[in-house]
Amino acid sequence: MAPRPSFRAGLTGFALLLLACFAPLPAQAGDEELRATLAPLRAADFNTKAELVEALIAANHPRTVAILTAFTTNRLHYAAAFDRMVISADSAAEMTVEDAVTGEALGPVGRRDLDRITTNNRLRRLIGDRLAQLGLASADPQQRLAAVETFVRNPDPASAALLQERQTLETDPQIAAQLEAALALIDLTSADPAVRAQAAEVLGGRIPAEIRGRLMRVAADDPDATVRLAAQEALAKTELRLRLLGWAETLFFGLSLGSVLVLAAIGLTVTFGVMGVINMAHGELMMLGAYTTWVVQQWLPVNWSLPVAVPLAFLVAGLVGIAIERGVIRFLYGRPLETLLATFGISLILQQAVRSIFSPLNRAVAAPEWMSGTVMLGPLEVTLNRLVIIGFCIAVFTLLWLALQRTRLGLEVRAVTQNRAMARAMGVRTARVDALTFGLGSGIAGVAGVALSQLTNVGPNLGQNYLVDSFMVVVFGGVGNLWGTLVAGLSLGVANKLLEPWAGAVLAKILLLVFLILFIQRRPRGLFPQRGRAAEA
Amino acid sequence: MLLPRWLLSDRAGLVMLAVLVILGVGVPILNLWVPPDHPLHVTSYTVALLGKYLCYALLAVSIDLVWGYMGILSLGHAAFFALGGYCCGMYLMRQIGTRGVYGHPDLPDFMVFLNWEALPWYWFGFDQFWFAALMVLAVPGLLAFVFGWFAFRSRVSGVYLSIITQALTYALMLAFFRNEMGFGGNNGLTDFKDVLGFSLQSDSTRVVLFVLSALALAGGYLACRWLVSTRMGRVLVAIRDSEDRARFLGYRVERVKALVFTFSAMLAGVAGALYVPQVGIINPGEFAPLNSIEAVIWVAVGGRGTLVGPVVGAVLVNYSKTWLTTALPEVWLFALGGLFVAVTLLLPYGLIGLLRRRRESAS
Repeated sequence: MAPRPSFRAGLTGFALLLLACFAPLPAQAGDEELRATLAPLRAADFNTKAELVEALIAANHPRTVAILTAFTTNRLHYAAAFDRMVISADSAAEMTVEDAVTGEALGPVGRRDLDRITTNNRLRRLIGDRLAQLGLASADPQQRLAAVETFVRNPDPASAALLQERQTLETDPQIAAQLEAALALIDLTSADPAVRAQAAEVLGGRIPAEIRGRLMRVAADDPDATVRLAAQEALAKTELRLRLLGWAETLFFGLSLGSVLVLAAIGLTVTFGVMGVINMAHGELMMLGAYTTWVVQQWLPVNWSLPVAVPLAFLVAGLVGIAIERGVIRFLYGRPLETLLATFGISLILQQAVRSIFSPLNRAVAAPEWMSGTVMLGPLEVTLNRLVIIGFCIAVFTLLWLALQRTRLGLEVRAVTQNRAMARAMGVRTARVDALTFGLGSGIAGVAGVALSQLTNVGPNLGQNYLVDSFMVVVFGGVGNLWGTLVAGLSLGVANKLLEPWAGAVLAKILLLVFLILFIQRRPRGLFPQRGRAAEA
Repeated sequence: MLLPRWLLSDRAGLVMLAVLVILGVGVPILNLWVPPDHPLHVTSYTVALLGKYLCYALLAVSIDLVWGYMGILSLGHAAFFALGGYCCGMYLMRQIGTRGVYGHPDLPDFMVFLNWEALPWYWFGFDQFWFAALMVLAVPGLLAFVFGWFAFRSRVSGVYLSIITQALTYALMLAFFRNEMGFGGNNGLTDFKDVLGFSLQSDSTRVVLFVLSALALAGGYLACRWLVSTRMGRVLVAIRDSEDRARFLGYRVERVKALVFTFSAMLAGVAGALYVPQVGIINPGEFAPLNSIEAVIWVAVGGRGTLVGPVVGAVLVNYSKTWLTTALPEVWLFALGGLFVAVTLLLPYGLIGLLRRRRESAS
């Protein structure tokens, strides 16, 4: 019987471990030996210093990289007070230093008490090369990558052998690709046109500016026609890749804008779509959510504010929503035009309330650190906050969908919207369901407001700016259809970003509005109209 | 009596027309021929203000025609008002001639500022008064006809129609904010000098504009009153109360709707055209969705489906706006918002409805 797979894997792992223990490693020098190697640096001339650098490399001490880096950046000194080599943290008059060999902190020392070990360009180049070689051999993939990238920036024919040696060993695909690029860049300087043409071909489709610049020069100036042709083809490949990347970027921007639209519209899908109530104060409920975020940030550190603000904004907006439903809307069921006017009045009151309580000026809502910066999404560099918004939109959508499909309240909501009289006959308390549904839709508007506070100015007009957009999304998607809202929001976002480059931001928006006005006339019930009995009501 | 029957039975309307006549005669006398220190003197500021209210009232009447009698809640009527205003503004702009800051004979200042070489094609003809006057009717009318024809033919109705009318005015606002549109962008059209050779600064021109506004309102009111008293008016109400039934009875609902919607837009355009010389500026802010909705609330306050109510509502609401925004600026939006809620909840037929109910309970 064959051994079970997990057992076999364990055995292989153990064998690898054993091998690692007995693998021949360069001998590691002790601290004292290193100190002895460093000591002569103080008095040596540049030739001797070069030899000493080689000796340092050979010593293979854990501090070697730190010492050599300090050496090239003029931070390696001899400190008479301690009679040893030290590394300073910076180059101010009063410097904190650490022992070069052990890294032990030695406290501040005046500049006059330090004797700087001087370098020249030849030494710096030597050290740079050696550091890169060390990096190439490093066990840490991050350091290896950094080392290869320095070779891509300064392709040096002398290090070709070194890179080739590394290439046979390298397993990480990203580093291997960079190694290939570095070698090809070196090959571009070869005397043999065939090698140059081959190198140009390899470099095709690579984005970095230095590679494209080299290729362009080759495509223009190379004495050999076939090489020029190869470089031109390679550049065309790069162009295509760049264009694809551009499209992917537009798509991503569009998706992130679409997520915002979906977030803004999705609460409306519940109140307008499911309940049939036109809530013109929807935008102001979002504004309340955004202001909740601001208030939370006055009390809590910014990094913690968002997880607190999301549920709180849901509560605040939800409660205001329930108050609106109980106080005004419930008297107006079946009179949609009057509901529209009354809720518009409420939106004016909420706007002015915010203006009076906070201020008519915009409030600055800070972005938490964990949302700033960029992240690589494959070859695409994207800003983290847009990514978070997309994820947040998906999360809110999923939660709302689950709430409507899987909970008791959701069941009752659907029952009431499909046939109010029948639901009541079955014992559903419709008044309570109405209030809770409206509260749910309003709460989601508040949550959307938290997201908006990270993207736009938080001011009394925040809601107004999104109101028309969110109605358009709901109507475009088909009233009462969550999936329709999702598809409509995302496609409007992408369409907007596709139009923007050639039409400009404002015109793109106008074009989309005109398109929507025409679309509604063609299909008054939206992309995904409701079918069956619910549609007749 | 000499009056036709449809007018004779409209007592509230007769009262309003009488008030208009008194205003139209009295205000000019009190402004021009009563000395300024006399307690009965009406200042030029008040004349312009009253003229503005009358223009708003005409806009409200035009909204009431489509909302109160046809059941179409347009949240974009201010767009037609503003388009009429822009047509008038373009004429007034061309009248400035070489008196602008840059002194260019053809181009308005903002075009010189934007380094434009020549007048865009759509500005041609606006130096002629008759052409501009025609456009005041044609531009809003054409937009309303095209928009209405498509919307009504595909049976977009109710709140959907309200929302797309709002989108329409919103889109127009964004468009007019663009400098490239050639309508002065953000600043709009202003700095007008004279109309038909009469200076806009002079008291007599202002009084004439006021009288014209009163005449336009009276004319607009009479036209609407006549329209709703005809057979077509009955069809309108039938459409409002049961569109499907009217269609089954054989009426071409979409044609009637498009026609009346177009007429209403033209009235709004006239109101806008009279409004612009009295306030001296037109800018894209007039397209803001809020303006349209405010106009709807004037109608609701006065009482929709009455034609007199909107006039009363427009004057009352705007008078309180003028008073509140100077005395208690913080309160105005609270008051307006409260008005929306209170009117829809408590006064579904507006002030006129309240009066009628009181009279009925008294008799």
